[in-house]
Amino acid sequence: MADLVLRGVEKAYGEVKVLRDIDLDIKTGELIVFVGPSGCGKSTLLRMIAGLERISGGEFTIDGVRMNDVPPAQRGIAMVFQSYALYPHMTVHDNMSFALKIARKSRSEIAAAVDKAARILQLTPYLDRLPKALSGGQRQRVAIGRSIVRDPKVYLFDEPLSNLDAALRAATRIEIAQLKEAMPNSTMVYVTHDQVEAMTLATRIVVLAGGTIAQVGTPLELYERPQNEFVAQFIGSPAMNLLPGEIVGIGAETIVRLDRGGLARSAVPTTVVDKGLRVSVGVRPEHLRETDGDGIFQGEVAITEALGEVTLLYFTAADGAAPVVAKLPGIRSDLRHRTLALTADPEKVQLFANGTSLLYR
Amino acid sequence: MHPALQALVVVAVAVGGCIAYFYASNLILDKVLFPARGLNAGRNTTRANLIRPWLFLAPAVGLLGLYLAYPVFATAWLSLYGRDDSFVGFENYRLMFAEPKFGESFFNNILWLVVVPAASTAFGLLAAQLTDRIAWGNIAKSLIFMPMAISFVGASVIWKLVYEARPAGQDQIGLPNALYVWFSGADPVQWLQLPLWNNVFLMVVLIWIQSGFAMVILAAALRGIPEETIEAAILDGAGPFQIFFRIKVPQIAGTIVVVWTTITITVLKVFDIVLAMTNGQWETQVLANYMYDKFFRSLDWGMGSAAAMIIMALVTPILIWNVINARREMR
Amino acid sequence: MDATAGKHVMDKIAGRKSGLVWAVHLSAFALVLLWVVPTLGLLVSSFRTGDQIVGSGWWQAVSTQVQQLAAVRIAGEEVARDGLFVIEGQLFAAGTEVNAWGTSSVQPEAYAPGAVADLDGGVTLTVAADGSFVLSSPATMADLRMPRVFATAATPPEFTLDNYGTVIASPLAGQSIGQAFINTLTVAIPATIIPILVAAFAAYALAWMEFPGRALLVAVVVGLLVVPLQLALIPLLQFHNWIGIGKGYLGIWLAHTGFGLPLAIYLLRNYMIGLPRDIIENARVDGATDFQIFTRIVLPLSFPALASFAIFQFLWTWNDLLVALVFLGTGNDQQVLTGNLVNLMGSRGGDWEILSASAFVSILVPLVVFFSLQRFLVRGLLAGSVK
Repeated sequence: MADLVLRGVEKAYGEVKVLRDIDLDIKTGELIVFVGPSGCGKSTLLRMIAGLERISGGEFTIDGVRMNDVPPAQRGIAMVFQSYALYPHMTVHDNMSFALKIARKSRSEIAAAVDKAARILQLTPYLDRLPKALSGGQRQRVAIGRSIVRDPKVYLFDEPLSNLDAALRAATRIEIAQLKEAMPNSTMVYVTHDQVEAMTLATRIVVLAGGTIAQVGTPLELYERPQNEFVAQFIGSPAMNLLPGEIVGIGAETIVRLDRGGLARSAVPTTVVDKGLRVSVGVRPEHLRETDGDGIFQGEVAITEALGEVTLLYFTAADGAAPVVAKLPGIRSDLRHRTLALTADPEKVQLFANGTSLLYR
Repeated sequence: MHPALQALVVVAVAVGGCIAYFYASNLILDKVLFPARGLNAGRNTTRANLIRPWLFLAPAVGLLGLYLAYPVFATAWLSLYGRDDSFVGFENYRLMFAEPKFGESFFNNILWLVVVPAASTAFGLLAAQLTDRIAWGNIAKSLIFMPMAISFVGASVIWKLVYEARPAGQDQIGLPNALYVWFSGADPVQWLQLPLWNNVFLMVVLIWIQSGFAMVILAAALRGIPEETIEAAILDGAGPFQIFFRIKVPQIAGTIVVVWTTITITVLKVFDIVLAMTNGQWETQVLANYMYDKFFRSLDWGMGSAAAMIIMALVTPILIWNVINARREMR
Repeated sequence: MDATAGKHVMDKIAGRKSGLVWAVHLSAFALVLLWVVPTLGLLVSSFRTGDQIVGSGWWQAVSTQVQQLAAVRIAGEEVARDGLFVIEGQLFAAGTEVNAWGTSSVQPEAYAPGAVADLDGGVTLTVAADGSFVLSSPATMADLRMPRVFATAATPPEFTLDNYGTVIASPLAGQSIGQAFINTLTVAIPATIIPILVAAFAAYALAWMEFPGRALLVAVVVGLLVVPLQLALIPLLQFHNWIGIGKGYLGIWLAHTGFGLPLAIYLLRNYMIGLPRDIIENARVDGATDFQIFTRIVLPLSFPALASFAIFQFLWTWNDLLVALVFLGTGNDQQVLTGNLVNLMGSRGGDWEILSASAFVSILVPLVVFFSLQRFLVRGLLAGSVK
């Protein structure tokens, strides 16, 4: 269990800064997820915490002790790699006990630690097998077991589920959640590009984009109150609709006239200075519902995708613009080519000016 | 005709002939023997395709059979005949085993087989690891690999100078003797005449040559090790030496075996070095040289063939191993 | 752009000690030095005269040598000058720079250049830095024993191309190296080209044609890779005699072709198998015959493997001794460079200046081929070796 603090951490390769202004306070027992598109620097950040990459600027401490120049093995950290990085020539047992042997622990200590980890991960029948005789899911558990055995202060996960197929990914995700429940005092830092993993596993999520932090918050905070357009569209699938418009009514409830016609009502409060402000109105597809009146907008349904539980409706868009997407419950293929009016609860309507949410001014 | 000109003509004829053979045979097969026309078109095409691989293979199979397969049996057969062309059964072998020079050669070969592949592989591994992480690694690799490009005889000349001993009191021109005399003040040593150690000094020449070969292959193998296993080992707290011996080397074990066996084959063939540097004197004789001696100095083809068969016997385990591996891979 | 791309994982991690990096550099340097020194020794020697080579180690050749010269007894015509009897002259060869000199073997460095030594009977002697001396005496020295002069002098490094001139121009051991060079070329080139042709077709058949016995043939090729060619010498010599070509170029070309085929087929087949299946199957669907697929698609795409083997085989045949001795004979007009060199080691083993120059002439071509085409050679070695 450990508190991690990053202050002004940055990473530069020569002249190019790939990460900057990283400020994070990670408390003991949290499962922090770094999420973001490819190339946003999340893996680099994780590797800097591990010590596999040097920190170019800023400070990184664990429990108050500066870690910038401490070698990886002395940071009290264990890492689960994306490709598991099991030693192919060693049995499961030897893979898990390698670190303890290096640390010259006694044979009984090693045996106890390995047995305990094997029991937790249900690996006991596989202890004498080589990695090549294991399935993907089993290898992944060995990789986790290797970390548990070392009883580290911090667990690091680098996209551990990416190499698994979809069904296995869901099952393993649950297992990791259960593991975290069993170790409430362990701090975990988890990297993924899959927002479903982020939303389900994290105590808090760090969204990274373009080398900086876009937002830090609990999953629900990110879902209900995104700080900027990037986070708003990154979380939730299909992505939030963003419709351009202009503020025509201010106060506790704001009224926005949309460029493509229609009026949107939002529960985001505005003041007199916001009158006439150009904004993007953000509504998630799942929050749009049919209405008899004019609603937020009207349009013709170009394509319907019936998924069984819900139906996705894609509205005809003006040239070049992204189509508006709605997610209605049930099978609604009957709506194809029909003209529809949609509205949404003002509590669910977000407002963004210059990319930033008006809630966070 | 001047041989160089002859060579050019031969090359032209051979190339032309090969092309002509392949082209013509395919043509005849497709157009004359099994034309894809008429009633039997389908059957003809199938038959043509059955025969065609053998057209491609014929010259190679012929040459291989004649130049490598047949001699194995022919030599075995020859080894059963005496100098006067009479059948003597295993007499040649009996005589050979009784000769002290043969025992010496056999023992020396075993020595070579034990030392040279091991030393070359070890040096190659060391060189591969050291040059892997430095900026001037490619130049270093070139220089260590360079001895593989020169002939064994050239290498023998180089090392003969190294081992040279001038009379006592004069300046030494070989580095080992120069250092030895400078440090100990004793008389210079005839390295190649020291009992037992002279074999080692001859082996050094082959190790010098073959380590570059080992290095090139092992360097590629090292590069192929997944980086994440090394990172995991770093996180597990392993130091550089522990990583090298417990993580890296086991993962390239297969390649190490290949290198080892390949060098072993070369060692069994070594002939030029011993011929050029000592010609088997001072108890440095090896089987290949012994065999050459029997063939071309004693003109005893029977015994020479027997010696050749002994070399073949030593090589056979590796032959079987390689074939088994090849078949396993093809599955 | 990731500037650490390609850097080794050990260089990127935090807290790395620079001491280890230096240790690696030093060890690598020591290893390379150990490997280069023997060749360097012979190379330097090939530029020195025979006397120089046997007189001092080659490592001393590159620096100015301060050596004790042999004692020289003064000799010369006595002339009368300024009331004194004077003998003048030059003690040492031009270009020698005297560091110190003396008149007795006990103190050979008693005097600096230019200083005046007082000998018995009022005789004075001075030796200048350039080795000239002046001996003067108030009385005639006709009956005097001439003193000996000891000196330590600095001889500058002296190199010569004479050895190469001798080796290349004049016939040695009854056979000129120029002839041997041409002979080796005559052996090597056909012996490289012919196996490629034959092997390419066979490799294609073993890689891309289906027929029963294919797996067996591949196994046979792998097995033959290992067969030592010593086994083949006598039977093949007998065979060549029987069909009437005896010892000669035709025989050695055929022999090298036969011996080189297993490796050629193995290398080429390995490479051909790695070619994209789609291209070949596409061609088949388009109606191309195997012959056309081979000549128009597979062969051009296999160029790297062909180049690798060509270099391999060229070096092998150039450097070979045994096959040449057996199939070409040791007659003077057919000797190859390796045979030439072996003979020289026997007949003129003490003449290092000749031996070293000859050795380098014989290894010059392989070295040039090696350094310029190393990439292909390495690729050829790696084919099938890395598991």
